[in-house]
Amino acid sequence: MPFGRARRVCAERRGYPPGTRLSDASFSAGLEGNISIKWLRRLGVSDKPFYTREETSKYTDLMTTTGKARIFTFTMEAKSVITFPSGEMNLPGPGFYEITGLAWSGRGKIVRVEISTDGGKSWSLAALQDPVLPISQTRFRFPSIWDGTPAIIQSRATDETGYTQPTHQQLFDERGPLESAPLFYHMNGIQSWAIAADGSVKNVHPT
Amino acid sequence: MFLRSGRHDAVKRVTCPGPPPSVASPHCHITIAVAIIAGGFAFALPTALADSQGYTSKYDFGTTATEQEIAAVAMAIPADGKGLPPGKGDYATGNTVYETTCAACHGRDLTGVAGLPDMLSGAALRLIGGRGTLASANPLVTVESYWPYATTLFDYIRRAMPFSAPGSLSNDEVYAVTTYILAEGNIVDKTTVIDAETLPKVQMPNRDGFIPDPRPELFK
Repeated sequence: MPFGRARRVCAERRGYPPGTRLSDASFSAGLEGNISIKWLRRLGVSDKPFYTREETSKYTDLMTTTGKARIFTFTMEAKSVITFPSGEMNLPGPGFYEITGLAWSGRGKIVRVEISTDGGKSWSLAALQDPVLPISQTRFRFPSIWDGTPAIIQSRATDETGYTQPTHQQLFDERGPLESAPLFYHMNGIQSWAIAADGSVKNVHPT
Repeated sequence: MFLRSGRHDAVKRVTCPGPPPSVASPHCHITIAVAIIAGGFAFALPTALADSQGYTSKYDFGTTATEQEIAAVAMAIPADGKGLPPGKGDYATGNTVYETTCAACHGRDLTGVAGLPDMLSGAALRLIGGRGTLASANPLVTVESYWPYATTLFDYIRRAMPFSAPGSLSNDEVYAVTTYILAEGNIVDKTTVIDAETLPKVQMPNRDGFIPDPRPELFK
């Protein structure tokens, strides 16, 4: 079914958006096969975008410096998340842990992932695990020892274009705060996990 | 606090080996064989064979969609309003529709109800206000201040609203509540009657507020 090349959004001038909906978004690697099945109910062909509610009011990037919004910004920039330790997990106690997670970018390969264990004050390089491919999830690893005191851990990815994942606050500064802007739909800010003294891990948004 | 465990350069890159050729090769053959079988069945099964094996038709499943069934789902309205259905709506009717089906979430004053699950601030439910705030530190993004096309309002209400019973409004009711929201947002006059002819002509305040993504397109 894909009209565009696999894993890529068709450019508007090439007849956006079929490639996204039917090839990229519809395949869920590693899960039960039927999760990847999408029932094609109907094909509609148009000579221009429909400017639906999602296209106009959600997947657009308002820039508060000018009041103008970028439209058709479907490319997800560099993004990452620590999958261990992560939300709702419990660390049994102080000791050795390998912090690990996934990074990806819609604009190419991941070239660097940094880890902070002090809420973004300082950063250290994580190791990337092969294979490192364009527009693909890339596993990163960061062996470390937790001393049992509260900590906020974060990951920050950089892709081959040189773009580094911004903080939430940097995105808010450019596009407006979460409550007022459509940013909620297109969000690649740095994700933070807070580890409490009892080892519980929670999602937090440090400023 | 986390401490580094050893020097970073002691962390080896882990190489993921591919399957050995003796494993990969039969798998590929199986895949190809399945593809050939499926392709042959789907595209080349002769009618005589279908009959002889008891199939009532080539594929033996599904029914041809009726014109009505197609019309019921072929309802997307582009910005130029092509495909807008017959019907019309005015402010007073829209006010009634709004109060009975919309106000519980969007608020009597169309500014959103706070405290609903997953929408604690209520800002995403706000429909009007915010003109002139887009170039500020606290932009208020609403239908009135942000949406470039009025047709999008009709399209979205008809396909997705009210949240608890999408598709339950008649076309006249959708036109009416669209008129009500646009009038409350001071985009059209309260005497305006909106239909397929007039809706695409409504000039939204932020019509020219969108620009193409200036970043270069990659992977040409």
